[in-house]
Amino acid sequence: MFDTLTDRLSGTLRGLRGRGRMRPADVDEALAEIRLALLEADVNVAVVRRFVERVRERSIGGEVTASLTPGQQVTKIVNDELIDILGTSPLDVQFASKPPTVVLLAGLQGSGKTTAAAKLAQWCKSQGRNPLLVGADLQRPAAVEQLRTLARSIDVEVWSEAGDPVDCAAGGLSHAQQAGRDVLIVDTAGRLAVDAELMTEVARISDAVEPHYTFLVVDAMVGQDAVATAETFHATLEVDGIILTKLDGDARGGAALSVAEVVGRPVAFASVGEKIDDFEQFHPDRMASRILGMGDVMTLIEKAERVYEQEEAEAAAQRLVEGTFTLDDFVDQLRQLRKMGNLQSIVSMMPGVSDQVRNAEIDDDRITTAEAIVLSMTPAERVSPEIIDASRRARIAAGSGTSSAQVSNLLKQFTQMRKMMGGMMGLGSKRRPAGRKAARKRGKSTGRAGGGSRTGGGGRATPKGASRTGKPAGKPSVADIDWDALDLKLPGR
Amino acid sequence: MQAPTPATFSSGLASSRRTLRDRLASMNRRRPDETTWESLEEALLGADVGVTTTMATLERLRTTAADQGIVDADELMHALAEGMRASLDADRTLHATAPEREGTTPVWLFVGVNGVGKTTTIGKVGARLSAQGQAVVMAAGDTFRAAATDQLQTWADRCGAELISGSSGADPSSVVHDAVSAAAARGADVVLADTAGRLQNRKNLMDELAKVRRVADREPGAVAETLLVIDATTGQNGLSQARAFAEATDVTGVVLTKLDGSAKGGIVFAIEAELGLPVKLVGLGEGPDDLVDFEPDSYIDALLGVDAD
Ligand SMILES: Nc1nc2c(ncn2[C@@H]2O[C@H](COP(=O)(O)OP(=O)(O)OP(=O)(O)O)[C@@H](O)[C@H]2O)c(=O)[nH]1
Ligand SMILES: Nc1nc2c(ncn2[C@@H]2O[C@H](COP(=O)(O)OP(=O)(O)OP(=O)(O)O)[C@@H](O)[C@H]2O)c(=O)[nH]1
Ligand SMILES: [Mg+2]
Ligand SMILES: [Mg+2]
Repeated sequence: MFDTLTDRLSGTLRGLRGRGRMRPADVDEALAEIRLALLEADVNVAVVRRFVERVRERSIGGEVTASLTPGQQVTKIVNDELIDILGTSPLDVQFASKPPTVVLLAGLQGSGKTTAAAKLAQWCKSQGRNPLLVGADLQRPAAVEQLRTLARSIDVEVWSEAGDPVDCAAGGLSHAQQAGRDVLIVDTAGRLAVDAELMTEVARISDAVEPHYTFLVVDAMVGQDAVATAETFHATLEVDGIILTKLDGDARGGAALSVAEVVGRPVAFASVGEKIDDFEQFHPDRMASRILGMGDVMTLIEKAERVYEQEEAEAAAQRLVEGTFTLDDFVDQLRQLRKMGNLQSIVSMMPGVSDQVRNAEIDDDRITTAEAIVLSMTPAERVSPEIIDASRRARIAAGSGTSSAQVSNLLKQFTQMRKMMGGMMGLGSKRRPAGRKAARKRGKSTGRAGGGSRTGGGGRATPKGASRTGKPAGKPSVADIDWDALDLKLPGR
Repeated sequence: MQAPTPATFSSGLASSRRTLRDRLASMNRRRPDETTWESLEEALLGADVGVTTTMATLERLRTTAADQGIVDADELMHALAEGMRASLDADRTLHATAPEREGTTPVWLFVGVNGVGKTTTIGKVGARLSAQGQAVVMAAGDTFRAAATDQLQTWADRCGAELISGSSGADPSSVVHDAVSAAAARGADVVLADTAGRLQNRKNLMDELAKVRRVADREPGAVAETLLVIDATTGQNGLSQARAFAEATDVTGVVLTKLDGSAKGGIVFAIEAELGLPVKLVGLGEGPDDLVDFEPDSYIDALLGVDAD
């Protein structure tokens, strides 16, 4: 089975190039692959059916351009359509002119409501607000205690009172008004959409506090049922947005699409871990790529189009993704990247790039340094870097105004990259576990080896980036390039 | 401030909501045609059985249907159920004691990703075993999540079990070790060990779990069951969960929770059929009695929606 939609489509549609126009038969063949990719990503079957129909309408008759293969073209339409549904721009939370801004969280059992409530409170604080949390889950054992523990860690007050959750929520609202809190976040008990009694209860809670925002909290690992659940919650509560949780896992997250399609509202926030700070505004473009099982290759292609002649565009993108590697090519690639604009954004668009990489500083200076190092090598050294010994290294360092250590670093990274790239081209060779290298880098925060190391400081030890890329497991990718270890900063910078 | 549900949506779903039987009824004594196969495919996919397993299952059904000359919707459904039933043939005995480890204190270890129902299932299993007259010790092996111990304490109180816990952030292995020693000293019948939820792509956390299992399996304890808890709403990621947890901890069985909702939990069919991990228990609610043994026949009927009539 193919790993990514791009692989599948390039197989299906290779023969089409240069034929002028896409015919319905070609499109159908591509759509069959897209359907499978979406189903494997857990998008609901009914949603897939309608989605594929829409893409079909947009694709048939579309021109086959020189720069994009028909496969890429269909992929682009799919990608755009996905982003459309997931929300073209992040939800812009408007705080009420007459405080408190009331936020209600609802969802299935265990979806991550209580954790998200605390995270949202922390987010509000970061926006200069003064939130109050309401523990209106009076049902699950120790639910309020859980909220209190989380709230203590961020120094936010929790309101709760035993008895009826509706009264409890209403009490929280009056307390917020009295205490001058400008945001009220109500955590509710998990409930099944089929549980009419509990759905009525949450509707009554909603009536009591009249939320400005009602967020449906959805686990990214959820499958087909996402639609039935979202429909009922939306019908009951008029959902304003979705909080997608557990995105630090490796689920493709097709549920996001199912839910967004049903409620017609954007995904507002992404929860990417158990710690309070593992929370961010949602990026629809990244999610679309994740669902399709590929990096944001389409955007990469679009950027490439602007820089190169049309015919060269595809080849350029291809080189970036697949690159065959010599040291000259390495520097060439870096130069190309620089020409295409903001490096950070380019790198983050490559398939499977982790946040660790995304956040690494890759600036023009580093490229200039890398260039200088390579240019100080003899042609023989560039082709066979193995011959570079200590004295050659010293010469190269002197020639490029760098240190021997920097030269070694570059060579080490280059060798590793060459291995990775080799693996990438042959798809399916093994890849270093994403977490390991990262754990080493952040060694100081990994806590004790073995057990019990998840609280305090670095607690849950694997750093954020390593695990949240959503790339299919086991596939080698440029995500493994350790830009920070590359250490191309000039001395003294 | 909300747009109403797009009108097109419900209409789009209406067809998938019709029962499979209704849709197949149109077969009307003709050989199954593409529409029939599509209906079956959508039914299985819609129950989270997954693309690969669905295709394999229907491929076999095509052969059967051709061999037997099936022209009737009921017969086709029957053949499908039979075929699926044949894939669920793993031994689903729950082991009260660890095989060939006489004289040890049996430990049931509960593992799985975050929020699936591990702690609640321990409460239910504890209630069941207590009602059978067993002396149950619970080990609060989730030392990470906020108030996890308080939650398990409530369950221990409900079923009269003894809870052994450590401080927040303590090494889970040592908590489980303490619980096993205490249970052995008191001659308790079983230790039910909770663990923190963890996503299977977190290598360090999976290593931590493997260590918990090793420690639990050391004398005087012996692991009798390692139960992987899977939420019925889980999609295709469930297979990856099963693979990773099985590799780290020698999973002996699956508990399918939250089957009281609208989700069908078809991923456990794939898990048992493809990985051979038997589904042993099913969670049907949040109360202490909402736990039943897994029954393949009624499960498959529910999955195919034939119990609706
Ligand atoms: N890895 C990961 N775990 C998460 C995330 N969000 C929540 N969790 C974990 O998921 C589990 C359930 O989270 P809760 O916040 O208790 O979920 P809930 O919806 O409040 O659950 P109920 O109140 O029982 O319905 C806990 O173990 C959380 O730590 C996330 O983004 N990533
Ligand atoms: N409806 C229903 N809810 C369930 C079932 N099993 C568990 N739950 C609920 O699911 C939520 C999560 O259950 P927990 O037992 O806390 O899950 P867990 O796996 O221990 O969670 P973490 O320790 O945070 O990873 C709680 O609200 C439970 O009441 C079930 O079979 N049916
Ligand atoms: Mg909760
Ligand atoms: Mg638990």
